[in-house]
Amino acid sequence: MSATDFAGAPTSSRAYEGQWRLMWRRFRKHKLGMLGGIITLLIYLIAVFVEFLAPHDPNDFSVRNTYAPPQSIHWLLETKDGKVFQPHVLGYRSKIDYNSGRRTFVEDPRRVVKLGFFVKGKPYNLFGFIPAERRLFGPVKKRDRMFLLGADRLGRDVLSRTIHGTRVSMTIGLVGVALSLVLGVLIGGLSGYFGGWVDTVTQRVVEFLQSLPSIPLWIGLAAAIPPDTPPLQTYLLITVILSIIGWTGLARVVRGKFISLKSEDFVKAARLDGCSVPRVLVGHMVPSFISHIIAVVTLAIPGMIVAETSLSFLGIGLRQPVVSWGVLLQEAQNIRSIANAPWLFWPGVMVVIAVLALNFFGDGLRDAADPYSK
Amino acid sequence: MGMFVVKRVLLMIPTLLAISLVAFLVITLPPGDYIDRLVLEASLDGDYITAAEAEGLRKIYGLDKSVLAQYFDWVWKMVVHGDLGRSFSYELPVEELIWDRLGMTTLLSICSMVFIWTVAIPVGIFSAVRKYSLGDYVATFLGFIGLAVPNFLLALVLMYVSFRYFGQNVGGLFSPDYVNAPWSFARVGDLMAHIWIPMIVLGTAGTASVIRTIRANLLDELHRPYVVTARAKGMPEHWVLTKYPVRHALNPFVSSLNELFVQIVSGSTIVSIVLGLQTTGPLLFDALRQEDMYLAAALIMFLSFLTVIGTLFSDILLAWLDPRIRRQFNNGGL
Repeated sequence: MSATDFAGAPTSSRAYEGQWRLMWRRFRKHKLGMLGGIITLLIYLIAVFVEFLAPHDPNDFSVRNTYAPPQSIHWLLETKDGKVFQPHVLGYRSKIDYNSGRRTFVEDPRRVVKLGFFVKGKPYNLFGFIPAERRLFGPVKKRDRMFLLGADRLGRDVLSRTIHGTRVSMTIGLVGVALSLVLGVLIGGLSGYFGGWVDTVTQRVVEFLQSLPSIPLWIGLAAAIPPDTPPLQTYLLITVILSIIGWTGLARVVRGKFISLKSEDFVKAARLDGCSVPRVLVGHMVPSFISHIIAVVTLAIPGMIVAETSLSFLGIGLRQPVVSWGVLLQEAQNIRSIANAPWLFWPGVMVVIAVLALNFFGDGLRDAADPYSK
Repeated sequence: MGMFVVKRVLLMIPTLLAISLVAFLVITLPPGDYIDRLVLEASLDGDYITAAEAEGLRKIYGLDKSVLAQYFDWVWKMVVHGDLGRSFSYELPVEELIWDRLGMTTLLSICSMVFIWTVAIPVGIFSAVRKYSLGDYVATFLGFIGLAVPNFLLALVLMYVSFRYFGQNVGGLFSPDYVNAPWSFARVGDLMAHIWIPMIVLGTAGTASVIRTIRANLLDELHRPYVVTARAKGMPEHWVLTKYPVRHALNPFVSSLNELFVQIVSGSTIVSIVLGLQTTGPLLFDALRQEDMYLAAALIMFLSFLTVIGTLFSDILLAWLDPRIRRQFNNGGL
């Protein structure tokens, strides 16, 4: 910044921009970070409105449509008056080949399933308590089915299930990281602030936990959850298990920041002014590294999502009837089902998109977190 | 240097003890034990085991004592007799079951490390030197994909692709003929023909992150005055690169070697389960589900030992490369 900025009109807001505004400016320049941020936001919006966005109930099964392949949307419908704009999919005529035991599906031009926006479907409770029955997009007639991403072993709609899985998979990352954050900030902060033997002990513990292979430990701990545990409790236990190792990384970052800040002039000044320990911590030190912590936390979420997905995929994390991306991928566990129904990979595609978006977003935040560099 | 190694090894002993305790506690967490499972299985078969018989069995297996007593028994037998306990489900001593599997896990992990080095270092250097070239973009793109795709998903996709387009099943580390065959050159050849798929699956994430680290570090170094000086002296370009800035750029990479190794050993568990490899992963998974506690505890413990030993090697390597670390450690600073 040149001297003229200060000498210029004092009304100019430029010289007075706060930390968060400066960060926002830097972040906007990070194109991949912006893109990742937007996609992350969209995915979390999906997670909030799953019931409205999913065309069908995730547990509606239909034996006739076992492993039905994805349908494509046709936009124009042939009627007596010529072609009319009417989005629709064609229902399937299925035949069972008794030699191979497989169903084959052929589109039946006479079985037209009309589609529309804001159609009435099976009633549901939005957010769990607002009764509603409108859905964003789906078959006009309540009893019709559409399978834009195909159907699974029980003829359930993969699209609806993938959308429903978003809620559990994306929040488990958030809850797990929140838990790790509390532990990490508490332990890392104490360790960095007090130093001495407290620091030595916590550092040894962190190093010890970090030298252990996490997945075998996770599998061991997750296997200890009895199969008849209620879904919500399983969900919480899984987040606890993931945070047992997850906090160490955050604790290290927080400790490092504390140690480097402790010798900064403004912290010394605050202490010499007679500020109490909590005031020095919360009033002076926390604001100067909170942005950095947010970035680190964002980068920790994808790891949690992948861990949950892996555990559920192995059948020791979340279980049916809970719908998460990992639980859905369990359907794709054996080579026979993925060879016959590759569309069962869709939840996996969502995992990849979510992890990429969060990584880009976190990278952008990390670069922006220190607005005073360069 | 010798002093450093001795001190570092001695420091490992408490770590190993702590690991054995953690492994044992994790295994005893599930409610119920192996005997409960036997009772349940018997009742499913229409048979039954009386409560008195169950208690008798518990006594034989030593499951009637407190967890800590069981732990001390276990450690004592391990240290004094080299006895790791008995696997309930295989009805064999644990040590007969695990060494082959651990050997395979170690081999697979080392192969993946070598794969990461041979791919990531040259690609990282290339991406930095030819910044913003097509090759750099391709490497960056593949790197991001490698970071974002979970190991087990990559294994599934590779299985699908090879099944669909090449008509072969890629699971396992050996062809059926060689699974139980004694070691021979033919068996080693068969292993080599199978190991590359899990090696690539395990290596991608690591490769991606190493490429990123090396690229970033080398970019910081490339415009330093000492590089300009070397070039001005008329040194050949490849010599300028490999002699100075690349060495600098490799330093942070060496110090993060242990993290990489921990990740690989950890990740190999899931990849092995998906691909059905004859490594520790599937054995551990089955042992946990059957509450075969001594087998599971021994596996978790030795997998952790493996990563701790990996960390030891990388620390020694780092101390050998960087005298400052040696000095700090010997002065009791670390």
